[in-house]
Amino acid sequence: MPKLTINGIRTDVERGTTVLEAAKFFGIPIPTLCHDDGLKPYGACRLCVVEVGTPPKSKLLSACTLLAEEGMVVQTHSKRVERARQLLLELYVATCPQSKTIQDLASSHGLRRVRLEPKNEDCIQCGKCVRMCAEQMMAGAIGFAYRGANREVIFPFHRRSDVCRQCGACMYICPVVELRCQGASAETTLCSGCINFSPACLNYHDHAMCFLDPCVACELAGPLHPAPVKRTEKPKPPDLSAARLDAGPHVGK
Amino acid sequence: MSAATGRIAKLTHLRQAATRGRRALLPPQPKILVGLGSCGLATGADEVYRAIREEVERHRLPYLVSPTGCIGWCSQEPLVDVQLPGAPRVTYGRVDAQRAREIVRGIAESDFKPRWAIGMLTGYENPLTGARLRYAKQSARLDGVPRYEDLPLFRHQVRWAARNCGVIDPASLDEYIARGGYFALQQALAKMQPQEIIAEVTQAGLRGRGGAGFPTGRKWEAVAQQKATPKCVICNADEGDPGAYMNRTLLESDPHSVLEGMAIGARAMGAAEGVIYVRDEYPLAVTRLRDAIRQAETAGLLGEGIFGSSFSFRIRIVKGAGAFVCGEETALIASIEGRAGEPRQRPPFPAQRGLNGKPTCINNVETWADIPLIVMRGGDWYSRLGTKSSKGTKTFCLVGSVKNPALIEVPLGITLRQVVEEIGGGVPEGHEFKAIQTGGPSGGCIPASQLDLEVDYESLAQAGAIMGSGGMIVMDDTSCMVDIAKYFLGFLADESCGKCFSCREGLRQMHEIVTRITEGEGREEDLPLLEELGWMVRETSLCGLGQTAPNPLLSTLRYFRDEYLAHVKEKRCPAKVCRKLITYRIDPVLCNGCGACVRVCSSTAILGEKKKLHTIDDARCTKCGSCLEVCQPKAVLVE
Repeated sequence: MPKLTINGIRTDVERGTTVLEAAKFFGIPIPTLCHDDGLKPYGACRLCVVEVGTPPKSKLLSACTLLAEEGMVVQTHSKRVERARQLLLELYVATCPQSKTIQDLASSHGLRRVRLEPKNEDCIQCGKCVRMCAEQMMAGAIGFAYRGANREVIFPFHRRSDVCRQCGACMYICPVVELRCQGASAETTLCSGCINFSPACLNYHDHAMCFLDPCVACELAGPLHPAPVKRTEKPKPPDLSAARLDAGPHVGK
Repeated sequence: MSAATGRIAKLTHLRQAATRGRRALLPPQPKILVGLGSCGLATGADEVYRAIREEVERHRLPYLVSPTGCIGWCSQEPLVDVQLPGAPRVTYGRVDAQRAREIVRGIAESDFKPRWAIGMLTGYENPLTGARLRYAKQSARLDGVPRYEDLPLFRHQVRWAARNCGVIDPASLDEYIARGGYFALQQALAKMQPQEIIAEVTQAGLRGRGGAGFPTGRKWEAVAQQKATPKCVICNADEGDPGAYMNRTLLESDPHSVLEGMAIGARAMGAAEGVIYVRDEYPLAVTRLRDAIRQAETAGLLGEGIFGSSFSFRIRIVKGAGAFVCGEETALIASIEGRAGEPRQRPPFPAQRGLNGKPTCINNVETWADIPLIVMRGGDWYSRLGTKSSKGTKTFCLVGSVKNPALIEVPLGITLRQVVEEIGGGVPEGHEFKAIQTGGPSGGCIPASQLDLEVDYESLAQAGAIMGSGGMIVMDDTSCMVDIAKYFLGFLADESCGKCFSCREGLRQMHEIVTRITEGEGREEDLPLLEELGWMVRETSLCGLGQTAPNPLLSTLRYFRDEYLAHVKEKRCPAKVCRKLITYRIDPVLCNGCGACVRVCSSTAILGEKKKLHTIDDARCTKCGSCLEVCQPKAVLVE
């Protein structure tokens, strides 16, 4: 049982516990974008950096990938950490200005101005969708391609993959996409989700089926879906007279 | 037993091979050596080699013609050496086929063609054995040819890692053994316990030559302590720094020294497998390595039961696809395992969980090549050169604005001034030294005021640069430091794996801001913003690439802030490099209307008839500088 000191709190944690988990246990909030409890730690967003060791020999390391070690001393909100996080968030807002998640995070960290050129990206390449697809959905249909500024999440060779079941988990887990799965709705609901979002991780708009399967709207083979998706058992045609269009896109969490 | 291809299973076989090798190294007949490294081949050494072979065969001359590696005299390639019994070894520079034939013809008449000779070697010490090889003292026919030890380029050099470069035929195992090769492995297997080997390496104070400078002994110790097997040793030959080619030269000129070093390391750490991760852009190095591995396996120096012991070790080559980030240990392992070259957080260190989850030791090419020396001569002997914290020698590629660009090996602790001014011969006439960039894209620019800095890991880091794998780029007053920062940031933004948000997007933003500054659209508040961004990228990035990526920017901002300010405030590029900030003009007094500039201008921006004054049309001028180069009366002005 390694002994760990977080923000002055001395504690014993189980072997294999990450610093992020330990901090969470004590109710210390550490912001993350690429972390999810159900997925393997990746350490790409860098927001969870914490100061490890005692200055001046301390280092900033990402808490999500850092396993607690005997005698480790961690500061989760030191000046240095806060400064780095704020600059990171400034960079995040500049990269993805439209994302509500990022706006909220930036605002809660006291960011009041962005001095960088906005890039209007859809994706922050946190890799949640890639891990979700591989680890939870057991599909591994999408992955990273290219490097540096050209890096993106794609189907292999930009070809739609057979192993993709269109489950929508990639969109569900995406921290930047605004549209969230609302769970099963009435069969008659037209969510119009496929019209209203451009999924960040599946750049293929025309193939991205709604994850509220079976989606009534998509079965209609409307303008966005010229070819109906093949099914073994055809669902009965929806009764449009009862369709409610009031819900509109389900925005927010 | 032990014919040329026989097995070498014990010391006597090794001695027999050494005798054979010595006959090839110092034959009784004249020997002609041609430097056939990538550097030589690029300047036409292949043609020279063929011409010499033809000449020798046509006249049925009893001469030995042998390829060799690179001695590091880059500015004089292609190099041809002539070695006659009883005479010093003479080096000819910038040899073409015609001249090569004449040199061959001259040998019969004992005419050394001293006017083409650039140096002569009377002898040198073999660092592995301590023995001095003597060619001959002097020869009256070589008057005026400088001796190697008198040449400023070689006077300060101590060639330990590069001991065989340019001396042996890289394809000859016998010649390598004749120079003391594989005796260290034999000794490590027959006389030393693994712990003793590690103790010697620790005692030597050898630090990783790939750049970070981690003590090699400590790394070995960490791997040796691990219980999991099979362990692995890896040679990192993913040399990707612009302007650096030390590892390439070493692999091309002396592949066996790396194999031997790895075998000794494997013995010390208990590894059974070795991997050489070499970039695909080094085809010759790959070929030579592959041949060397085959030779060593045939001779029993790699494989099962080496030197009759129970120690078995194999080496395989994995070719990298040319990603700079794959030089980072964890990304390199990912690449060998067939995954995308992305670093992961350490700990666990590769020494704990490396290739396929097993303890792995990764060292640079040069580190491995230093190992046989340490085993043969002992750690104390090795540590007598160097500074308090950095021992031994280091190879550097001295390139850029120096008179003698060269691949050099110097003792650590030498000052930058000695390297630039004495070995490199200083910057060309009419120019002024401005900065030296060490450590490649992760390094920094060191200004003239710090030239007396000793080259060691700590002092370079303090100056905002790093030792790196050994690139040294000298810059004079024609280099714009903002432009240099832009170049390196662009390189790194491209080479970043893209996993860490801070590195990927931070470098992209920094590159854009610096580009804006070079285009005259910089703002004063950009400079502190760049510093903040650079700090953040360094602090929050995961791997060595991201953590050092802001170095070129931050070091130039630190030492050459006035240049940035000139760009930002006065919209002026002092070095006259940034195209958007300069204009080309023709001096009406100096222009003699020769028309040379009109002919070279590819964008037809120069107007004016012959014998009349020429003018440059600003709107069409692309500022390529062609007119500047051809103008005899120096009438083209850059403002």
